[in-house]
Amino acid sequence: MEIICCLKQVPDTEAEIRPTADNTSINYEGIKFVINVYDEYALEEALKIKEKAGEGTVTIVTLGPERAGESIRTGLAMGADKAVHLDDPAFLGGDAYATAKALAKAIEGMTYDLILCGLRAIDDDSFQVGNILAEFLDLPSVMGIVKFDLLADKKKATVHRQIEGGIEVLEVPLPAVFGATKGLNEPRYPSLPGIMKAKKKELKPIKLADAGLSEGEVGKQGALTTVSKFSLPPLRQAGKIVPGDTPEEKALNLAKLLREEAKVI
Amino acid sequence: MAGIWVYAEHKDGKVKKVTFEILGAAKKLAEKNGEPLCGVLIGSGVEAMVPVVGSYGADTVYCVEADDLGAYTTGGFAKALCDLVQQERPSIVLFGASINGKDLSARVAGRLGVGLATDCTDIGLDDAGRLQVHRPMFSGKVYADMVFADVTPQMASIRPNVMTTAAPNAARKPKVVKVTPTVKSEDLLVKVVEVIKTGGEKLDLTEAEIIVSGGRGMKGPENYKILEELADVLGGVVGASRSAVDAGWRPQSDQVGQSGKVVTPNLYIAAGISGAIQHLAGMGTSKVIVAINKDPEAPIFKKANYGVVDDLFKVVPAFTEECKKLKAD
Repeated sequence: MEIICCLKQVPDTEAEIRPTADNTSINYEGIKFVINVYDEYALEEALKIKEKAGEGTVTIVTLGPERAGESIRTGLAMGADKAVHLDDPAFLGGDAYATAKALAKAIEGMTYDLILCGLRAIDDDSFQVGNILAEFLDLPSVMGIVKFDLLADKKKATVHRQIEGGIEVLEVPLPAVFGATKGLNEPRYPSLPGIMKAKKKELKPIKLADAGLSEGEVGKQGALTTVSKFSLPPLRQAGKIVPGDTPEEKALNLAKLLREEAKVI
Repeated sequence: MAGIWVYAEHKDGKVKKVTFEILGAAKKLAEKNGEPLCGVLIGSGVEAMVPVVGSYGADTVYCVEADDLGAYTTGGFAKALCDLVQQERPSIVLFGASINGKDLSARVAGRLGVGLATDCTDIGLDDAGRLQVHRPMFSGKVYADMVFADVTPQMASIRPNVMTTAAPNAARKPKVVKVTPTVKSEDLLVKVVEVIKTGGEKLDLTEAEIIVSGGRGMKGPENYKILEELADVLGGVVGASRSAVDAGWRPQSDQVGQSGKVVTPNLYIAAGISGAIQHLAGMGTSKVIVAINKDPEAPIFKKANYGVVDDLFKVVPAFTEECKKLKAD
């Protein structure tokens, strides 16, 4: 099984996110970066599929700045075999469309049986790259899977997709693009030998020209949507502490406040 | 007069509420641009839903019907919608930011090569009549104003529970355009084998107007029944913090927060939730927040409109009783 896993580096969920002073970008100073957790589910599943098949290669594909290399090494330490890093300033600052286009160009020439990615990245929250990537590669896509089973002929997979109030069971011919979501698996931690081995694994940088792309096609210039301004959400002020001497009194007062003042019940 | 389109998502023969919310918001854009407002129904046996889409403001309803479209699949629905967009050339297409709304819009945006903004909380038009949107990023830790490149249609998915629904007018009779899509076998490579219902008739968290959520302070899965009783009385649904989900007390689909669902209910009741930054990001735009926690220092109180500092196991059942009395009046 030749498996491609798209992996993005994002700020840790603990991080406080603030715009820069001019509100045109995000202030990433002092922020800790990690692998997007949805991509961790994708990578864990890729490793499991390979282990179960008893053969194959898991290749990480990442688009991001130089620092994303650290997250790629973590992915290699978890057990991926090799990686490519779309590492050129021209790739950066784009939207989902521009990013998917660059990823598709890098993947186009590779051999693969399936592609796994995260349902979403927890920074942009776009929920788009997997589907647009599939569109560029002319592949079927299923986003939001919580279970993946490769059929015996290795030409098809049965997956469970989470929907509102239920689970869809789908049969998908390969190759296809799958978007992983929470519930699919518990990602492993890199082992110490894994970390040692990762240092020697292939991590190939791809520049704009290597991908056969020109400036203007990808990154900020290739984007179809642009952020004109970032802002912080309106500050919520701490409200009232509901008065009362006993829990019952507080409950009564809360009910009154919600009915008469807030008018929500 | 290209038109502003609203993808009318439906489930079990009923149009989803978010569709009406978007029709309400899109009507203003359509009037400003002098364009018709159109609803698009895709599926099998969807014609029965035309009147309701019209009653919420659609001037025209496209009824895209095929037996092959009985169940939602990304490939089938994307083909049906892309073909219609390419034929009719709307200027803007809007979707509900539901699971399938986000899925379909992304695939369609990729095929058409047009811009798409996800999960928007506000939409408007610039001077040239182009869509501009306001949307959360980092699960609401920051917001972005976004503009679109000069290609049409501009597309956006809209967060449920944010836009105001206009009052329906059953006397409005929309123009109906029946469309027979050319969906082929290569569009239907993914087969729906089965749909397993897990949530019963319960609303999804993202669509709920009242959410009663429990965290680590619930102490165990068995104690959620007091939250379920309260949710039942209020007509709401139960949510959970990440720690409650990670402990296996509640299903993943109940998780509110940065690695779960972002919700915007009218009322969010947080019981035994301390208020980690990831959780606050997921529920911070709720209209009214109530926190019930015995620790007065819990960060959740800084975001709550109403704070109850006490033992939730005493407060919640007493509050449920008070709500029952109110509802009985």
